Amino acid sequence: MPAVQETIDKVKAIDVDQYKYGFVTDIESEKGAKGLSEETVRFLSAKKNEPEWMTEWRLDALRRFQQMEEPEWARVSYPKIDFDDLYYWAAPKSVEGPKSLDEVDPELLATYEKLGIPLSEQEILAGVEPKNRVAVDAVFDSVSVVTTFKEELKKAGVIFCSISEALREYPDLVRKYLGSVVPVTDNFYATLNSAVFSDGSFVYIPEGVRCPMELSTYFRINEQNTGQFERTLIIAEKGSYVSYLEGCTAPQRDENQLHAAVVELVALDDAEIKYSTVQNWFPGDKNGKGGIYNFVTKRGDCRGKNSKISWTQVETGSAITWKYPSCILRGENSRGEFYSIAVSNGYQQVDSGTKMIHLGKNTSSRIISKGISAGRSQNTYRGLVSAHRKASNARNFTQCDSLLVGQDCGAHTVPYIESKNASAQFEHEATTSKISDDQMFYCQQRGLSDEEAVALIVNGFVKDVIQQLPMEFAVEAQKLISISLEGSVG
Amino acid sequence: MNASVPIKHTQAESDLFNRFERAKDALPGSVAVAALREAALNQVREKGLPHRRVEEYKYSDLRAFLKSAAPLADVADISAARAVLVAQDTFGELDRYKVVLANGIYLEDLSDAAALASEGATVTNMSDALAGEHSAQLLGSPKAGPNDGVIALNTAFVQGGVVIEVKAGATLSKPVELVHVATSTGAQVTRNKIVLGKGAKLRLLESFVGDTGEGELNAVFDYDVADNSSLAATRLIVGRTDAARLLTTIAKVGAQAELKSLGFVAGMRFSRNQQFVEFKGENSEAKIYGVTMAGGDDLADQTLIVDHAVPNCNSREFFKTVLDGRAKGVYQGRINVAQHAQKTDGEMMTQALLLSEEAEMANKPELEIFADDVICAHGATSGQIDEDLLFYLRARGIPEDEAKTLLVLAFLSEAIEEYGEDNVTEGLEARVRGWLAGH
Repeated sequence: MPAVQETIDKVKAIDVDQYKYGFVTDIESEKGAKGLSEETVRFLSAKKNEPEWMTEWRLDALRRFQQMEEPEWARVSYPKIDFDDLYYWAAPKSVEGPKSLDEVDPELLATYEKLGIPLSEQEILAGVEPKNRVAVDAVFDSVSVVTTFKEELKKAGVIFCSISEALREYPDLVRKYLGSVVPVTDNFYATLNSAVFSDGSFVYIPEGVRCPMELSTYFRINEQNTGQFERTLIIAEKGSYVSYLEGCTAPQRDENQLHAAVVELVALDDAEIKYSTVQNWFPGDKNGKGGIYNFVTKRGDCRGKNSKISWTQVETGSAITWKYPSCILRGENSRGEFYSIAVSNGYQQVDSGTKMIHLGKNTSSRIISKGISAGRSQNTYRGLVSAHRKASNARNFTQCDSLLVGQDCGAHTVPYIESKNASAQFEHEATTSKISDDQMFYCQQRGLSDEEAVALIVNGFVKDVIQQLPMEFAVEAQKLISISLEGSVG
Repeated sequence: MNASVPIKHTQAESDLFNRFERAKDALPGSVAVAALREAALNQVREKGLPHRRVEEYKYSDLRAFLKSAAPLADVADISAARAVLVAQDTFGELDRYKVVLANGIYLEDLSDAAALASEGATVTNMSDALAGEHSAQLLGSPKAGPNDGVIALNTAFVQGGVVIEVKAGATLSKPVELVHVATSTGAQVTRNKIVLGKGAKLRLLESFVGDTGEGELNAVFDYDVADNSSLAATRLIVGRTDAARLLTTIAKVGAQAELKSLGFVAGMRFSRNQQFVEFKGENSEAKIYGVTMAGGDDLADQTLIVDHAVPNCNSREFFKTVLDGRAKGVYQGRINVAQHAQKTDGEMMTQALLLSEEAEMANKPELEIFADDVICAHGATSGQIDEDLLFYLRARGIPEDEAKTLLVLAFLSEAIEEYGEDNVTEGLEARVRGWLAGH
C-alpha cells in the first residue's frame, strides 16, 4: 500500500527546504588554525587549560587516528573529508571562561531564544514557576556558552556543567570515566573526537538522587568550515535517575560540515538514564547541497545490577547520519531500550540503528525503530543484538518498520542477531504493513472512515516512540506524531 | 585493508594454486573457459579465500576453516560408482530418474538419459558444453554476487556436470535425481545447468553420496525457469563428512513461473548453501525453504538473496535451524526490491532452536527496498525448547528424549510441510530422528 496523502503532506511540511533554523548568528568569533595536527590538539588543550594527562590522552588519540582508515561499510556515500581543511576550534569572542547568565552576549541569548531555547532563569526569580523546568547547557560551535540552574542542581548534589569545566573542577571523576564506555580507538570518528573534542556536557548524579529537573544540552554550529566535536559524559551513581535531552541545529550553508560527537553513559546499580535526542541539523537544501555530516558514537554502559538506559531519538536533520546509540548490558537484570523515528527527505542519507550487547544474566532489551524516507533519501536501519555466553535468559524484542513516500527513495533493514546462549530469547519482526482486520473492523463499526481508522491505529502505534520523549520535546516532535505508517514496509 | 599489498597465502590457498597448475591442462573447456578459470583463480590469488572480513562470509570463514586443499578426485570407475549408489540411496524407494555425476563428471552409463529423452528432457555432458560455442556463458555469476569467492573457486576448477533441458510444455512423470557420487577421495567441483522451456514442469532432487575424504565439494546449480514453467528442487546435504560442502544456486525466474526449493542440511562439518534468486518476469513466485541441523563443532550456513527486479512477484523465505553441541548456525537472507518492482510481496522468516548451552546462531535477515508500494516483512527468532511444552509432553508419560525429539520434529516440520512435495520429503522425519540420535 502506498503512503496516504496525509502522510505525504506531513513529511513535506518538514521537507528540507522548510528548514527553519538555517539563520546565521552574526557574532565575532575566534578560530584556531586550520588543520589537524599535534599543534591543533595542543592549542585546543591549552585553550581549555586542561591538565597535562588530558593533553597526552588527546595526543595519543591523534596518533592512533592517523593510523586508521575511514570506514566504508555504512550505506552512505560522500566525498572524502579533508580533515586538514577544517577548523577544530571556533568560539564566540565574547566567551572567555564560564560566565554567569547576565554576562552572556545578548546576541547569543537572542540566538537561542530564536531557536526556542530559553536560557533565562528569570521566570523563577519572579516567582512564576513554569510546570517543567529544564536546565540547559548551551554549546555554541566549540564552547559551552552557559549552563543554567547550576546552583540549584548543586544543592541536590547534581553536577551539570560543560566538560571543559568538569576537567578543571572534577578531574578525577572525568579521568575515571572518560573513554571507559567508548574507548579511544573504538572507531574512526570516536578516535578523531577523542583527539579534538572541544566541549560538551558533563553530568554526575550522586547515589540515590533523582535529578530534580530535566537536563538538556543544545548544540548549535554557527561558524563556517568548522567541525563540531562534542563529548558528553553522564554518570548515574547507584539508585539515581536522570533524564537528559539533546537538541541540535545549524545554519543553512552550501558546504558540508562535520559533527562527530561521542556520548558516554554509565549507569551503576539500580540507576536509570533516559537520553532523548531531537536531531535537527541542517539537512542540506533540496538539491542535496550542504548539510551536516553527523557521525556520532553514542553508547551506554549498564554497569550495575538492575540498571537501565533508554535512548529515544527523533531524527529529521543532517545530510548524512551515521549513528548507532547502543547499550552494553553488563549488570545482571539490566535493561536497554531504543526508540527511534528517523525521517529522511531531499538527498539525506541515514544509516542508523542500535546495538544491544547482552553480557549479563537476565538482561533485556527492546528496540522500536521507524524509518520514513521521502524525496531522494536513503534510510537504513542497521542493528545488532547479541547475547554472549554468560547472558543466560537474555531477552530482546525488536521491531523495525519503514515507510517509503515516493519512488526515488530507499528503505533498508540490516539486522544482525547473534545468540551464543541457548536460553537467550530473541525476537525480531517487522510487520506494520499489516493492520489487523479486527482493529479496522472495530473502528469502522464505530463510524470511522477507512482513512480515519488507519490514522487512529497507526498513530497509536507511532506513539510507542513519541511517548518516550519528555514533555519538553513534545513540541518539536509534535509534527511527526501524526505521520501515519500504514503503507510501510518491513 | 589496502588492496595494493599482496596477501600472505594460507596453506590451503597454496594447495589450490598447485592443484590448478597440475590440473589445468586436463580440465575441460574452450579457450574462453580457460581464460575464465585463470581470472577466477586470480581473484582467489588477490583476495584469498572468502574470510570473515568479507561481509558475505562474516560468520563463515572459509579461509580459516580450510587448513589444506586436497587434489581433485580422479576419474571414477563405473563399477565403484554403481556400488556406492547401491550402498547409499538418498531417496530410497522413490520412483525417479537418475542423472549421475561420478567424481564430478557425468556418467551416462548409469544415468536414465534415454528415458528422459522420451519425456522431452535432454541431458548434455557439461564437459562437452564447456568446449562448445557460447561455453563462457555457462559459467556466469549471479547479479547479486558477482565476485562471490565460492563461485570463483567453482569456475576455476569445474570438472564437469550436466546441462538438463526440459522442452517447452513437457511435464516429467517422475522426479529427476541429480546425484553426485564419490568413488574415491578428492575434491569435486561441478557446474549444472537446468533449463526449463516455457510451460515445462520439473521436480529435481539433488543428492551427494560417497566419501570425498578431505576434498571439498563445490557444486553450482544454475536454474533457468522460463515463463509459465515450474521447478521444485529438493537438495539433501546429508551423510557425515568433515570436508567443506559448498553449494550454490543461481536461479532466474521468468513470468508466471514458479520456483520452489528446499535445502536440507544435516551433520556437515562446514556447509554453505547459498542461493541467488532473481525474478526476470512478472507475476511469479519463489518459495525458498531451509532446514538445518548441526551439532558438534559444525558450522552450517544458509545464505539467500532474492532479487525482486520486476513488479508483481511474491517470495517466501522460511528457514529453520536446530543446533546442538558447539555448533554454529548462520542465516543470511536479503530481499532486494528494485525501484520499479511495485506490488512486490516478500516475507522472510528465520527461526533457530538451540539445544545446548554452547550452540550459537547468527541471523541476518535483510531488506533492501527502493519501491514504495510493496509489502515486505521479515522475522527472526532464536531460543531454546519451551519448558512448558516439554513439561506438557512429559506429564503425559513421554520420556524426555522422545519429547524433545517430538518438539524438534514439530519445529522443523513447519518448513518441510509448507514446502509440500510429500513423497520426496516423507523420509526426512527419519533423517531428523537419526541426526538427533546419532550426531
